Amino acid sequence: MKISAEEIKKIALLSRLEIKEDQIDSTGKQLNDILSYMDLISQVDITDVQPTAHAVSMRNVMRDDVPRPSLPNDKALQNAPEPENGYFKVPKVIQD
Amino acid sequence: MKYESVIGLEVHVELKTKTKIFCGCSTEFGAEPNTHVCPICLGLPGVLPVLNKEVLHFAIKAGLALHCDILPFSKFDRKNYYYPDLPKNFQTSQFDLPICKGGYVDIEVNGEARRIHLTRIHMEEDAGKLVHSGATIDTSDSTCVDYNRTGVPLLEIVGEPELRSGEEARAYLEKLRAVLQYLGVSDCRLEEGSMRCDANISVRPVGSTTLGTKTEIKNINSFSGVQKGIEYEAVRQAQILDEGGTIQQATRGWEEAKGITVLQRIKEGDSDYRYFPEPDLIPIEVAPAYIEEVRGELPEMPDARRKRFMEELGLPEYDANLLTLEKQTADYFEAVVRDGADAKTASNWMLGEFAKKLNEEGLRADQAPVQPDRLAELLGLIAKGTISGKIAKTVLPEMWSSGKTAAAVVKEKGLVQITDTGALEEIVKKIIAANPQSVADYRAGKKKAIGFLVGQIMKETKGRANPGAVNELLTKNLQ
Repeated sequence: MKISAEEIKKIALLSRLEIKEDQIDSTGKQLNDILSYMDLISQVDITDVQPTAHAVSMRNVMRDDVPRPSLPNDKALQNAPEPENGYFKVPKVIQD
Repeated sequence: MKYESVIGLEVHVELKTKTKIFCGCSTEFGAEPNTHVCPICLGLPGVLPVLNKEVLHFAIKAGLALHCDILPFSKFDRKNYYYPDLPKNFQTSQFDLPICKGGYVDIEVNGEARRIHLTRIHMEEDAGKLVHSGATIDTSDSTCVDYNRTGVPLLEIVGEPELRSGEEARAYLEKLRAVLQYLGVSDCRLEEGSMRCDANISVRPVGSTTLGTKTEIKNINSFSGVQKGIEYEAVRQAQILDEGGTIQQATRGWEEAKGITVLQRIKEGDSDYRYFPEPDLIPIEVAPAYIEEVRGELPEMPDARRKRFMEELGLPEYDANLLTLEKQTADYFEAVVRDGADAKTASNWMLGEFAKKLNEEGLRADQAPVQPDRLAELLGLIAKGTISGKIAKTVLPEMWSSGKTAAAVVKEKGLVQITDTGALEEIVKKIIAANPQSVADYRAGKKKAIGFLVGQIMKETKGRANPGAVNELLTKNLQ
């Protein structure tokens, strides 16, 4: 196995996914399959290939600095589970 | 042991565009919470951000003024982290291909000129504002979020760790502010958060070439705070090392009121931001012709202006430095001179009485109720001998509060200087007669006694006597 149980736990934490103890083995196997596929890709000779920054070959898509109407406050908060005085209310947070 | 500090600053400035970096929401400050938001800056699914042209323009302008290389090919990346001030759970920033690389800022501290190199400048979006419901973050059980600031364009300017003292850090930051203000790309108000500064600092024994463990100081919101925070942290780290301790890699907050840094959180290794190219934004190619076009827009920069003030207007270096530190001050000064005032007199007033009034009221030069032409008129009255410089100091506050012209204030208050020697001589004679003791002292060789007599005459004339004429008449009549 290329990917350890520790790494799986870390990836799960970073992606805010809950992976139960008994799922670690199967998840690891799936991730390893993906990594093996990447290994296959890395066998391609890319000596003369420029790194790709984007899937489409367009450049410089920009807009003028002209204001457009924003959403009204009630619309902005429409999907918020707990709006309060025009704010989005969230559980207490301390940055980790 | 003697230690030296190694300091690097990361500076964020908000760009003065009308709209946000990736959507058409207004960037105006002070709106009701969550009223300058739209599906794009709220990070709703299925939206397509598009770069604001002016952000790229300002970034290139700043890069050129700071002597950076403008990268011909640049792109945006996602910086992933979870914190509710980012509705998307990532910040759109630039990782490996920032718009500017290299560059430098020249500073001068205690007569020593130094060149501080820049690592890079990149474009990114600002985050929202968290408002804690309780008295402090620890006592709050919830947090309110306002996303108006989310998506306001930022430049992050990363400096090399080449600064050696709090004083140098301050000079560097002041110079950056001057340059960006001259360009008109940012207000750079530390107090209002349109310029923010994080300082990385470590100390090492003098002569050592290995770097010590660094701490990061956050929450700095004044120029004196930058200097004092770094000075405090350098001493704190040196003490720990002297006592045989080790420095903990951590983020520390600067507490302005107490003048100390306090531990915020311990850092273990680099955060795992998992940068990857932003698939929703198209890469940027900057044509050499466009770079030249922007270069052509660069105004006179603070260093050039300072030099011109010294060479063309004959100002001392000290004056030229202070007058060019903020663009508004330099603009005001030049307007006063254009309206006919002598440069050195105008400078003395700008740095003296005028600066005092501005500081008292927390204003910038361009916000002063007395316009440059009005100040020039006041200085003109001194030059013509209509009023003395001392009287003028009482006229300025009056102009400031009433909005009247200098001439009107002088006329109303009867402040016109007495230069009529006949009238003055009478007063001089009267004072001599009334103060035989001082006269005797003077004649006995105590030349200082004349000061008292001058004072009496000024009192008698309510300061309106021409000081030169008074001296002359006194000396003559005392012989």
